[in-house]
Amino acid sequence: MRRIMVCVKRVVDYNVRIRVKPDGTGVVLDGVKMSVNPFDEIALEEALRIKERGEADEVVAVSIGPDDAQQQLRTALAMGADRAILVKTTDVVEPLAAAQVFLTLVQKEQPQLVILGKQAIDDDAAQTGQMLAALWDRPQATFASKVELAGAAALVTREVDAGLETIEVDLPAVVTTDLRLNEPRYVKLPDIMKAKKKPLDVVELASTGVSAGETLKSVLVEPPKPRSKGVMVKDVAGLVDALKKKGLL
Amino acid sequence: MYEYRAPRRDIRFVLHEVLEVEKVLAAGGREDVNRELIDSILDEGARFAENVLSPLNWQGDWHGGPRLENGRVSTPPGFREAYRQFCTDGWAGMAADPAIGGQGLPDVAYIAVGEMLCASAMAWRMCSGLSEGAVLALSRHGSAELQARFLGRMVTGEWTGTMCLTEPHSGTDLGIMRTKAEPQADGSFRITGTKIYISWGEHDMADNIVHLVLAKLPDAPSGTRGISLFLVPKLLDGRPNGVSCASLEHKLGIHGSPTCVMNFEGAQGWLVGQPNGGLACMFTMMNHARLGVGLQGLGLSERALQASIAFAYERLQGRAPRGALERDKMADPIIVHPDVRRMILTQKAMTEGQRLLCFYAYLLIDVEQHAPDEGTRKRAAELVALLVPIVKSFLTDWAVENTALAVQVHGGAGYVRDTGVEQYYRDAKIACIYEGTNGIQALDLLGRKVLGTAGQSVKTMIDEIAALLKSDLPADFAPWAQRLQGLLAQWAELTKTVAERSAKDPEELAAAATDYLNFCGYVLVAWCWLRMARVAKRALEAGSGERAFYEGKLVAARFYFERVLPRADAHAAGARAGAAGIPMLQREQLEA
Repeated sequence: MRRIMVCVKRVVDYNVRIRVKPDGTGVVLDGVKMSVNPFDEIALEEALRIKERGEADEVVAVSIGPDDAQQQLRTALAMGADRAILVKTTDVVEPLAAAQVFLTLVQKEQPQLVILGKQAIDDDAAQTGQMLAALWDRPQATFASKVELAGAAALVTREVDAGLETIEVDLPAVVTTDLRLNEPRYVKLPDIMKAKKKPLDVVELASTGVSAGETLKSVLVEPPKPRSKGVMVKDVAGLVDALKKKGLL
Repeated sequence: MYEYRAPRRDIRFVLHEVLEVEKVLAAGGREDVNRELIDSILDEGARFAENVLSPLNWQGDWHGGPRLENGRVSTPPGFREAYRQFCTDGWAGMAADPAIGGQGLPDVAYIAVGEMLCASAMAWRMCSGLSEGAVLALSRHGSAELQARFLGRMVTGEWTGTMCLTEPHSGTDLGIMRTKAEPQADGSFRITGTKIYISWGEHDMADNIVHLVLAKLPDAPSGTRGISLFLVPKLLDGRPNGVSCASLEHKLGIHGSPTCVMNFEGAQGWLVGQPNGGLACMFTMMNHARLGVGLQGLGLSERALQASIAFAYERLQGRAPRGALERDKMADPIIVHPDVRRMILTQKAMTEGQRLLCFYAYLLIDVEQHAPDEGTRKRAAELVALLVPIVKSFLTDWAVENTALAVQVHGGAGYVRDTGVEQYYRDAKIACIYEGTNGIQALDLLGRKVLGTAGQSVKTMIDEIAALLKSDLPADFAPWAQRLQGLLAQWAELTKTVAERSAKDPEELAAAATDYLNFCGYVLVAWCWLRMARVAKRALEAGSGERAFYEGKLVAARFYFERVLPRADAHAAGARAGAAGIPMLQREQLEA
């Protein structure tokens, strides 16, 4: 079976105005709207289009996170994924641990293609896809703006600083998606109703043999400093003085 | 120009935290509609409303609305595409029974999306809303043959539906209508007459339009007992059927919606329901149609509230009475002014309070249809009947008030077109008029629902409210609870007084009706705020991280009890004043 695995992360919705907790330990998540990471939505859309072109047989959406992440997987199922797997944990999962968990899923599911968002909008790490490719020892095509399958290979156009670059990777491979790859579809109401009946497996993180745990220590989370009040200077000389005092000249 | 943001947080608060709809629906056998599913539906409904519909709202208004050329009506740019997406994404049949191809959403889930559709583009939404009503009428009263021929494509939205009631000389008084239906040998009828104010009577968004037309049979008794309902398609097997749009109305608001004069010239139609039973058929959709208009009011109030809040925190003008708050800026944002806060809190208190009232009424329709025991179903039906005219009238009158407040908050910027706020104000007024004017709603409430049940339905409602007052309320809510207790006593007493007077003189009923309805509205919204405040208080005590959201609820609750609820007393006084104070007048007594 030609299978595509799509990794989906539950993140704070991009419309939410983020607030920092008063004690500086993180951002406020209580009651905040959570959604599928927008880049992952693009990854899923691409997988569905490949399947709809007849170039894949099954799309499996996977996620790592708390029980509530089932909601984002249901969204993935409503969009058109055939089934979903949640690796359940309430621990912080850093990119390396996430890649290790996805590797265990890859070994079990044997996909020809793994598609992930190039980064998640919560931590903006942009590492998981690359790490997964390295651990899996398969090619990677990151920041994709176009994906074409050609037999046992994929032609992927990437957005790089100099413009666009097209590379060919052997399958199986890892692809991470950029913003301009596609525009995710609107979900149809009947598909939302049907998504409830699609299989969604939940497994505990411990069963994958990967331990999450924080290897990075978060010291303090602070909101950006509000802009301080401006100062009026009399003339150019005054401006130069002021800049010198601030050590800017 | 403001874009609409669906109030998902508040809708979830009302559905899950206050009404606990998951439990109620499960008791009626709809365990499948759990919180997770409802939230998914809200998310996708919001996405469609915000991204697809909201930008159409002002376009439909500014573009000058639909145009009539050679008998064809073209809709404003983008309307057709949005409608096509609405249908292919499966929203057109969201409320309809799965047996006829619908999605079978419970009413309470359906209207959460419905509110978003009304708020994001009311004029556009009227088309599909009317179709849903036509589907409901046809699925209850249409013959199997008619259903097989028409229902399927109406549920998918390929064909839309209308309601054709009003004639040039016959509006509220339907009994004097003239449109004729002549029986044919094949069992069908030829319909001839002119209908006016037909929303979406002709348009280019669907392949066919199925008109539900009220008309009189040749031997019909006079008055409302002589009206029958007919299904009359625009096209029959793809060919014209003697149905045409003669002209479009120019109107105050909802410019995106074509309001048509429709001519039926020997058009072929079929009877729906019993001969002379047309009004009875219309009554089955009445609850939905009238609550649906209340929902339009709610949607506009919400959109206006959002605009007011956005403007009040951005617009810099004047300084706070206790001294400047933002010294480095040329002025403070206008939210520092108590009078601006008065306007915005009035909008918030009424909009959010009325949302609970409206959603509660829709939930009762689900209970009425699906509760396992008959007692619960009957009680729900009784309350729905009572609440429908109140929701229709109170929410639409307040939509005019709320949207006017939004214009006022914006000042000159609200009166000119650029912010788009004046459109909400213009759009709101029609909701007070169609689907039975608010005056008719008041007569329906007091005559049919209150006095017609010898006060029983009011008693049931009062018992429901009293149950909350007897429950475990936070100690500092005591003044609000006492106030509400007093109003309940007043409600019972007022009902008795009006009943006694009306028994002697029908003019007394009519003279008291509108004030009576408004009194009921204010009391019910007070109950809603007490319910919401209780949930908010508990959430805060439990250490919720959403402090601002729940604190905002408590501020609005207090504002409602202190500054809005006193209007209930004014209406009670009006209802009690009696008919003598509004006597029949000579014109000269009014003219200067």
